Amino acid sequence: MAIEHTETTEHVVPKRVYYTIFVILMVMTYTTVQVAYFDLGRFNAVAALLIAFFKASLVVLFFMHVKYAPKLIKLFVLGGLFWLAIMLGITMTDYMTRTPQEFPMSRVNTVQPLPAAHVPTALLG
Amino acid sequence: MSEIATSEAAHPAHLQHHFDSLQEQSQVASLGMWVFLVTEILFFGGMFTSYLVYRSTYPDAFAIASKHTVILIGAVNTAVLITSSLTMALAVFASSEGNRKSTVNFLTATWVLGFTFLVLKGIEYTIDFHEHLVPGAGFQMAGTNPGHAELFFSLYFIMTGIHALHMIIGLSVLLVILYMARRGDFSPEYHSPVEVMGLYWHFVDIIWIFLFPLLYLIDRHR
Repeated sequence: MAIEHTETTEHVVPKRVYYTIFVILMVMTYTTVQVAYFDLGRFNAVAALLIAFFKASLVVLFFMHVKYAPKLIKLFVLGGLFWLAIMLGITMTDYMTRTPQEFPMSRVNTVQPLPAAHVPTALLG
Repeated sequence: MSEIATSEAAHPAHLQHHFDSLQEQSQVASLGMWVFLVTEILFFGGMFTSYLVYRSTYPDAFAIASKHTVILIGAVNTAVLITSSLTMALAVFASSEGNRKSTVNFLTATWVLGFTFLVLKGIEYTIDFHEHLVPGAGFQMAGTNPGHAELFFSLYFIMTGIHALHMIIGLSVLLVILYMARRGDFSPEYHSPVEVMGLYWHFVDIIWIFLFPLLYLIDRHR
């Protein structure tokens, strides 16, 4: 087991850090609820997700001690996020570049049936 | 696990033989929990991906449907879970200091807060049920394609339901950790179970930190 040995035996984070993070998380929760009522167009989703990422990062780094953890644990956390990015990224590049008719759900709901030899409408111009 | 009864100082009781030191043992325990959490990230990630795909397909239906969620309960529950994460972090801190009474108190507070979350979630589900938001024969929604709105609520119930299942599992394991803490199992040298329990608990909190904006907030302004 190649687990690196850190200099100190215990990474006791001062209690004050936990309380500070807690206050920031609560303020951010209040902020995200307030922001949701303003019409920012498509930036409502962006703002909500940025705040969520910020909150999650604080929890991971401080409450879950990843900031003070051995490099191996940091690598595993980043690895998890990397694979999540692959799933979200590649799935969405596929769906975002298709015509709506090709979704299974909307196929049920569209009025006109698909032609026998189906060519994506995007290619037909 | 065989324990060597002779020299406690040379060989701590909680140290298993395949590890060099208690420190290495606790780091491996944390790493093991992280490996599990990575699988959990991808498990929930699949549901978040489906949500993203269908939300981008039916943006209007999802906007109308998501405004039927009970934002007050969602927001209060977010605060409850964040507070429970604080008490959990403080319980881990107390156990690393060898403070048994404080560990027990903070673990109890965490359990009560976790249970409060589930009670509020139950109340919310009851409201959803009465408002005909449960997918199936009784589902009703005006102003949009009900089939597409039903998709939103299918995702809502599956995602929050599986999150709640994780809370129930967390509360059950927390009872065991609480029992061990009361018995005095933990010390500054050995408190991995509390630390690892904390990792799981914070992870479940993080899932909710993403569920709350995605299901309750994004289209609130429309």
